[in-house]
Amino acid sequence: MDPSFIYEAKGQILIIHMPKELDHHNCRNLRYETDLLMAENYISKLIFDFSRTTFMDSSGIGILLNRYKQIKASGGTVSFYGASSQIRRILKLGGMLTLMPQFESKEEAIYR
Amino acid sequence: MEQKNFDITRSREVMRLTFDSRSENEEFARVVVAVFATRMNPTLEEIDDIKTAVSEAVTNAVIHGYQNGEGAILIEAAVEENVLSVTVSDDGVGISNIEKAMEPMFSTLPEERSGMGFSFMEAFMDRVEVISSPGGGTSVTMRKKIGR
Repeated sequence: MDPSFIYEAKGQILIIHMPKELDHHNCRNLRYETDLLMAENYISKLIFDFSRTTFMDSSGIGILLNRYKQIKASGGTVSFYGASSQIRRILKLGGMLTLMPQFESKEEAIYR
Repeated sequence: MEQKNFDITRSREVMRLTFDSRSENEEFARVVVAVFATRMNPTLEEIDDIKTAVSEAVTNAVIHGYQNGEGAILIEAAVEENVLSVTVSDDGVGISNIEKAMEPMFSTLPEERSGMGFSFMEAFMDRVEVISSPGGGTSVTMRKKIGR
């Protein structure tokens, strides 16, 4: 089966490649896994990649919101890229567009 | 006896589905309802709206209704002219304060949940009705007009 999340750590940058279907079921392990990765690598920049994602519900908003709070508390930043128009609708409704900047590509998200 | 074929038989089409309360079934449930609704020729955006709303209701049943334990979830979907109605029911713990539960950003599990489940159902469907009582299970009925 398709792995839920693929993590890519580059120094203090952590990129989380989101799953195709971002629902409660696929979000179950994320919290534990990111907590571990963020603590081990002193992450200061968290980037969500939605390029694979075709479905998302409020479970995804819960994930983003809590990761946002967590990294803001330690002075870091959160952004995302690769969101389709449907995913952007969900992110907007969940209030995420005012919390984190969106980028067109991974490179842009990393270097800006 | 003489049989007459009135078109009335086609005015309401119903689908019922019962499945175990497991997070794996969230995707299954929303896909089944979306496929059932394709007879209404919905737009892709309408399909996404239905899938998200059903996913929210089923997730609530799994997490809150049955508290990740065992149970059965029933979905009844009906098409009547251009209106889709979907009822998601469980026999779980029920909700003591429905008004509070439906408040945006309210969650009994704020550590991981956004508390936006009902807000999403209301945003993506035209009407959302909740019937619930402590110990008496929960039933969420959502209606949406397809094709405007």
